[in-house]
Amino acid sequence: MRHIISILMENEAGALSRVAGLFSARGYNIESLTVAPTEDPSLSRMTLVTTGTDQIIEQITKQLNKLIDVVKLMDMTEGPHIEREMMLVKVSAVDKERAELNRLASIFRGRIIDVSDKTYTIELTGDGDKLDAFLQALDSTVILEVVRSGVSGIARGQRALRL
Amino acid sequence: MELTGAEIFVRCLKEQGVEFLFGYPGGAVLHIYDALYVQDDVKHILVRHEQAATHAADGYARATGKPGVVLVTSGPGATNAVTGIATAYMDSIPMVVFTGQVPTHLIGNDAFQEADNIGITRPCVKHNFLVKDVDRLAITIKKAFYVATSGRPGPVVVDIPKDITAEKAEFDYPKTVTMRSYNPVVKGHTGQIRKAVDLLISARRPMIYTGGGVLLGNASESLTELTHLLEFPITNTLMGLGAFPATDRQFVGMLGMHGTYEGNMGMHHSDVLLAIGARFDDRVTGNIDKFCPAAKIIHIDIDPASISKNVKVDVPIVGCVDNVLKTMIKEIKARKLEIDKQALAEWWKQIDEWRDMDCLKYDRESDLIKPQFVVESLYEATGGDAFVTSDVGQHQMWAAQYYKFDKPNRWINSGGLGTMGFGLPAAMGVQFAYPDATVACVTGEGSIQMCIQELSTCRQYGLPIMIVNLNNRYLGMVRQWQEFFYQGRYAMSYMDSLPDFVKLAESYGHVGMQINRPGDVKDAFREALKVRDRLVFLDFITDQTENVYPMIPAGGGQNEMILV
Repeated sequence: MRHIISILMENEAGALSRVAGLFSARGYNIESLTVAPTEDPSLSRMTLVTTGTDQIIEQITKQLNKLIDVVKLMDMTEGPHIEREMMLVKVSAVDKERAELNRLASIFRGRIIDVSDKTYTIELTGDGDKLDAFLQALDSTVILEVVRSGVSGIARGQRALRL
Repeated sequence: MELTGAEIFVRCLKEQGVEFLFGYPGGAVLHIYDALYVQDDVKHILVRHEQAATHAADGYARATGKPGVVLVTSGPGATNAVTGIATAYMDSIPMVVFTGQVPTHLIGNDAFQEADNIGITRPCVKHNFLVKDVDRLAITIKKAFYVATSGRPGPVVVDIPKDITAEKAEFDYPKTVTMRSYNPVVKGHTGQIRKAVDLLISARRPMIYTGGGVLLGNASESLTELTHLLEFPITNTLMGLGAFPATDRQFVGMLGMHGTYEGNMGMHHSDVLLAIGARFDDRVTGNIDKFCPAAKIIHIDIDPASISKNVKVDVPIVGCVDNVLKTMIKEIKARKLEIDKQALAEWWKQIDEWRDMDCLKYDRESDLIKPQFVVESLYEATGGDAFVTSDVGQHQMWAAQYYKFDKPNRWINSGGLGTMGFGLPAAMGVQFAYPDATVACVTGEGSIQMCIQELSTCRQYGLPIMIVNLNNRYLGMVRQWQEFFYQGRYAMSYMDSLPDFVKLAESYGHVGMQINRPGDVKDAFREALKVRDRLVFLDFITDQTENVYPMIPAGGGQNEMILV
């Protein structure tokens, strides 16, 4: 099953490689991984999407907790949560395609954030399925470049991952 | 007062109570060696290869319970140390390894003797640190010792760039240190402990299975008390030997691939298994699908990640083994709990029947020296009181099977990583810690050659180690597998062009003896034990065809042993 694991870790050089190294050494999957400092600059927050049986996920969380740089973690998928990913898509946009692309972007609540005489760059936010659906809706020949941020997640309600 | 980084380093070690620093100098650590030169508090032991420095520190740690400390230079100094670091990591041995690094401004420039020590050691350390500021040096060293010795112990690497050792800072060594991201558990959950006790009392065919964690957690006394209180049979892993007295009737020997018949059969048929400080390693469980089919399993371990990693357990208890065992004993006594004596008696009857198979029997009439006989004779000659280190292979198994360890921390071997070359340097570490003790290194002609250069170190420091070389002119365990599973195609397992070990030992100024007849074995030990100022190299020319029995072949369950 797919799990989103959020990790608070010491914002130190090499912390990311400890997590990445753990996953490769123990043969766990990483579907996506994002990391950035939090409002407390000494802490980074990482969001990691992985898949595995319950037993593997249990081992993953235990092994992550064992890393000295990991301060706290939460398996978002254990409770109600919100998942978001941001995508930037550069598409070729000429002649009457321009209007069509503009319409498609607004259907998906995307925004055109850069325009040239031959291209549009569209920004789109949502869960992974929505981003996939947008890409499918586009004619694949118009896609010049796709950049996805990887998943970020946060728990709903009072549940929060903090010190 | 401001001190240089090198001086701070030495002062930290002194404050930390470090007796011995095992190391090898080089360019990146010259400031540190200069600071070591002008003091006597920390004794530096010069090895002949950095791998040996880590094994010696490791042996010291295993025998004393104190962290082993190592200093090596950058680049090849650090990479040579990696095997020893990985060895300590697999067996959870507390160790702090200081590696030199090129000056900060050269890091990443492919400078002379530069290696990414943090990156290279990351998968085989509990944690590692790169010191980037001399002001952080003392606190980093404090943290390194704290992390290495607390919780589930393990090696910690501290990488120190050369410029940091020259720069100055105020010296202040903190008495304690806390880390928000690291809080090892001590006490076990009382509810879980109660559940475990109830399960133990209800058992009809119980088994206690303990590993290295009992020794690391200093819990031998509590384990012995609990085992006597319950009157259950107990088996130890290769790493756990000595945690419970091997000559005690309740001890059913080692378990696992080369464990005893009674130990493995007892495991297989148990209905309640109490696993303590053990990690259900594949060499212990055999085929995991056939492991203890009828048992409810209780598992005590300080590392939550060890629990239900390989085998799903019914009652997990995370905590310090000693603390948990003491609570269990209290609980059993307070509740005046009684076991079903009749069921237990029947279980013991069954175990004694298995024991009567005498699975460790061997041919005592042979004209050739049997390796088992050598280990038994070593046991007799030393009154069972020696520190025994070993390398890896057949000799390691025979030492584990035939030397009865009654005390903890006497049996020192590389169980997890299985590192050939471990035995001699580990014996050095033990001998430094206990200069008057008998330290025997049971090895083979293959393994001993992997760190043979340390004969020189032994000479320099006058270490009276006894090397017990079981010389069968084969990489014996490889040969055994080739005999069993590769139709006797002995690919590369014959050890050709061996040195004359007697002359080799003598060339270093040691005593060397070659023993060719069974009748001379006991005399050789008697003679060897008289020598107290030098190393003695006993080269036993043993039966080439001897195999280690019993054996669980790959894919077999614990009840599927090949017997002699």
